[in-house]
Amino acid sequence: MSLLQVEKVSKLFGSLVAVSEVSMNVESGELRAVIGPNGAGKTTFFNLITGFFRPSAGRIIFDGQDVTALLPARRVWRGIARTFQITEVFPELSVYENLRIPVEVASGFRLQPWLSHEADAKIRARVDELLAMGGLADKAARLVGELAHGDQRSTEIMMAIALNPRLLLLDEPTAGMGEQETFEIIQLIRRLHKDSKLTIVLIEHDMRVVFHLADRIMVLDQGKFLAEGTPQEIAANEAVQTAYLGKAA
Amino acid sequence: MPKFDKRAGNVLVWVLLLSAPYWMPAVGSYVELGSHVVVFALAAMALNFLLGYTGVLSFGHAAYFGLGAYGTALTIKYLVPSTPVGMLVGILLGTAAAAVIGPLIVRLRGVYFAMCTIAFGQVFYYIGFQWFSLTGGDDGVSAWHRMPLDLGFTSIDILNNPKAFYYFVLFVFAICVGLMAFLLRSPFGRTLIAIRENERRARFLGIPVDRHIWMSWVISCFFVSVAGTLFALMNNFVDPRALRWDQSGTFVIMAVLGGMRSFWGPLIGSAIYLVLQDYISSHTENWMSFIGLFFVLIVLFFPRGVLGLVRRKVVT
Repeated sequence: MSLLQVEKVSKLFGSLVAVSEVSMNVESGELRAVIGPNGAGKTTFFNLITGFFRPSAGRIIFDGQDVTALLPARRVWRGIARTFQITEVFPELSVYENLRIPVEVASGFRLQPWLSHEADAKIRARVDELLAMGGLADKAARLVGELAHGDQRSTEIMMAIALNPRLLLLDEPTAGMGEQETFEIIQLIRRLHKDSKLTIVLIEHDMRVVFHLADRIMVLDQGKFLAEGTPQEIAANEAVQTAYLGKAA
Repeated sequence: MPKFDKRAGNVLVWVLLLSAPYWMPAVGSYVELGSHVVVFALAAMALNFLLGYTGVLSFGHAAYFGLGAYGTALTIKYLVPSTPVGMLVGILLGTAAAAVIGPLIVRLRGVYFAMCTIAFGQVFYYIGFQWFSLTGGDDGVSAWHRMPLDLGFTSIDILNNPKAFYYFVLFVFAICVGLMAFLLRSPFGRTLIAIRENERRARFLGIPVDRHIWMSWVISCFFVSVAGTLFALMNNFVDPRALRWDQSGTFVIMAVLGGMRSFWGPLIGSAIYLVLQDYISSHTENWMSFIGLFFVLIVLFFPRGVLGLVRRKVVT
């Protein structure tokens, strides 16, 4: 059974149809890319999966259970974590604190007025582990707002990982990055996917990133499903070429 | 180094507070002003739990401050002539009202939240003003006074001995402030700071934001109603002005003046506000315009308040 089943979801903003009857199945352990020209509805589609918006129609099934009506926080508790197109972190807190908060929430301590020594030690160990995994160990004490864009991105991704998600959604993880930073983020995503067997869905503009990473690709155009397949199939697909080249020409 | 600075700051604050009745007369002041500063510091720090550490501005905290004060005054006057019982009733009254009103407003943000807190605050003001048979209306609740503390083996005369009352107020203040510091250092406290820093991120880390704001609101109103009970005891009197929106404004001014990102900021704000008021009002009736001017200057040039300025100096 698929980990995530999106069944014909639509989202209307007034008379504007942002997403129209899009379906998608993501298998456990898969890395899926969602691509499409600007305004194709990719981010809106993400927002429907994570509960930022409620779909106007359609259903979202996660791990066999209908989550269509759940609030964002409850979807996180079920195991859906995300990052944003414009990095969302806690800029005036240190990298360490940025990671500590999700670790505590994921450990079920969000209402805890105090921590035992063992619990505190466990949390610290987990934060250290995440810092190392994200290549942020030497920047733990820095305020996130002072870091370079790439490091802020890594922090945001590690915050999502701190939640122990079963599904990770990345909205344009390499947007606005230079060559080196893009390369490092690709390495990070690849490690998470290959080593931790994490299921990932990502939106991306950079085709090198997509063809490098993705197991399967789904293409959206003007809010509608256009095509789906392996990177080779998508590269050879005429409808996809027209959608992209049509824009470019 | 910063850790040492923080500890040194804490020690300095407590030494000054504990020794206040001995040095205040020496600098031409009086012990009652010290009690006044501590009571308002507690109110402003309670507000700052919500404003500075959760990022939510309430302009209606006077309602819960005033409910604490009225609960205490009416209990001592009509029901049980006991200071602790009066305080307990006042605190319960203020906190219960906040807990009930909370769910109606926690979904609002920014100006809308602030406006709704004013509106609910004014409801209590008009009740206090109009319900003459119980509250005495504009005349307030008078003809009662705080009772000496009976500890069984001994009794502390907080009624006639201003120093004893100051230390009683400081004792309550210390418990409340200790609790606030404890909560802010906990995982729960960090979720509040997360909401202040970036609500969207907090929500998508699995924090039910509205519920946590409600909790922060109730905790904040609990502490402000404690301050309200002390306020009534201090004056042996309470009138509807304790409930009015400009009273709420005073708490906000104190918090912002002292520095709402600093734990002790509102205490500094309360001290500056009340000492300025005490000094200027003995020269002119228009003391408020001077405090207003001072406030405007602070907000324009030192948006992090007086303590924020001091801290930046220490860092650089």
